[in-house]
Amino acid sequence: MMAKKHIQLFGIASLVTCAAIVVGFLGLILFDLAWKGGIVLNWEFLVRYPKKGMTEGGIFPAVFGTAVVTLLATALAAPLGIACAVWLQEYAPDTPLTRLVRASIRNLAGVPSIVYGLFGLAVFVEGMGMGMSVLASGCTLALLTLPSVITTTEEALRNVPRLLREGALALGATRWETIRAIVLPAAVPGILTGIILALSRAAGETAPILFTGVAFYSRYLPASVFDEFMALPYHLYILSTQHHDPVAVRPLAYGTALVLLALVLMLNSVAFVVRARHR
Amino acid sequence: MRRRLFWDRFFEKSFSLSAVLAVLILGGIFGMLLYNGLRAFGSIAPGYFFSLAEWNPAAYTAPSYGIGAMLTGTVLTTLGAMVFAVPVGIGMAFFVSEIAPPRARAMLKPAVEMLAAVPSVVVGFLGIVLVGPFLAGLFHLPNGLNALNGAILLAVMALPAVVTVADDAIHAVPHTYKEASYALGANRWETLVRVTLPSCYSGILAAVMLGMGRAIGETMTVLMATGNATAFPNGFFDPVRTITATVAIEMGEVPAGTPHYFSLFACALVLFLLTLIVNVLAERITSNLRKRGQ
Repeated sequence: MMAKKHIQLFGIASLVTCAAIVVGFLGLILFDLAWKGGIVLNWEFLVRYPKKGMTEGGIFPAVFGTAVVTLLATALAAPLGIACAVWLQEYAPDTPLTRLVRASIRNLAGVPSIVYGLFGLAVFVEGMGMGMSVLASGCTLALLTLPSVITTTEEALRNVPRLLREGALALGATRWETIRAIVLPAAVPGILTGIILALSRAAGETAPILFTGVAFYSRYLPASVFDEFMALPYHLYILSTQHHDPVAVRPLAYGTALVLLALVLMLNSVAFVVRARHR
Repeated sequence: MRRRLFWDRFFEKSFSLSAVLAVLILGGIFGMLLYNGLRAFGSIAPGYFFSLAEWNPAAYTAPSYGIGAMLTGTVLTTLGAMVFAVPVGIGMAFFVSEIAPPRARAMLKPAVEMLAAVPSVVVGFLGIVLVGPFLAGLFHLPNGLNALNGAILLAVMALPAVVTVADDAIHAVPHTYKEASYALGANRWETLVRVTLPSCYSGILAAVMLGMGRAIGETMTVLMATGNATAFPNGFFDPVRTITATVAIEMGEVPAGTPHYFSLFACALVLFLLTLIVNVLAERITSNLRKRGQ
């Protein structure tokens, strides 16, 4: 009997260790970046341009570029994703086509981000002649985030009680009227959560924008969607591996990493709050 | 009334177009990779492409295209990551869903979501500034940018997926199983190992596969932290270059339409098929599970 108890104690202790390791990783990431990135972080760092071969100055063009391309990607992905989810959840009959759509969405979610980058290069940059641009990167990131927008929207729609729909239909509303007046308003918080998470995902991705529009350094902000842009994740990559003196710019790299992480985690917290409020 | 029905049909049809778009995108990605990737084999023999021959497409006189060493790099870092992420991830999933008090659970789940949200380029950066020097000091290496570093980082990237999916699988185990086990006098640990674990075995396998898919496709972390040598690696302490990293490094510099250009699409095709197989397997497992559950 004693041995059984000891085995249980040991077993549970090892599970606690596993959880502690994962939390430890997160803690290490947050602590290291906050500590070493916090030193260089100030208002000037956020609103200044890089200077002297990126060894001094701030990261404003990268912040701006990331904001623009992320918003563009989400503006493209959200309507398409919501439309697709509404169709799947509210209209779609159980046919082979519907199953094919669902299987495609699941598999799209598993396609590596670098493959999306190649697709963007072949289709948007070269095929459609957009060139290396905000638009091409925005479209590529929109495709990347589409599966997650669809999945979260579907879940939000699924959580709307059936009775609400049946009530509306019984009163003589058409399916579309039911969706517009009853289902979508009830699902707004869930859909919003999905859109914010898509923003966060798009802001942190590097591989899809590598060959579709991000610039090493640009002296000006993109004047239109056909210009190249700087982006936070790519700027961090450049500073830590491609710069001629990576050790000298390490503090700047830390600052960039902290800003990027803070942006992403802030978006995630907003999503978390929206979801928690409406549960 | 006719008008209202018209709008209903109108939105049904137009929304279905966006659903078809999802199929077209997946088909488009596959078609684009096939179209450009297969053109590489016009000038490169497939057997040679998959061999251990050197990868040196930029050579002036005799460019060579062997992805054997890079495939090995991908396999080495991915398997290394799984050796670490699978036990830790599953262990944490069991702790979160079976052992942890509700308050701990309410804090651990957001922590996993936060870890999942950390961009891969940030993880790669920490591979350079934290994990690299740590490994170099521990094993007395000139630098810590090697397969082991990549494996550790990929483990961090794959962990959230493993924990989340395994947690769902454990939750799907009916309460009655556990209650029956307790009624027979088994304690919590015995119930966990002998009853809960065997009942959610396939769900956990799906979690492992999804984590693996994530690790195979990861680009920025391995690009930044594995040293990027194209030579065949002899172990975890050698620098490696994965398929993803090769595409990321070379695609930006290669002129379009050359054999080198197409060979990178062929690399991406291999990568796409690898992740597709892993994801389809994971999906098969979960759908079998769902059928059995009904």
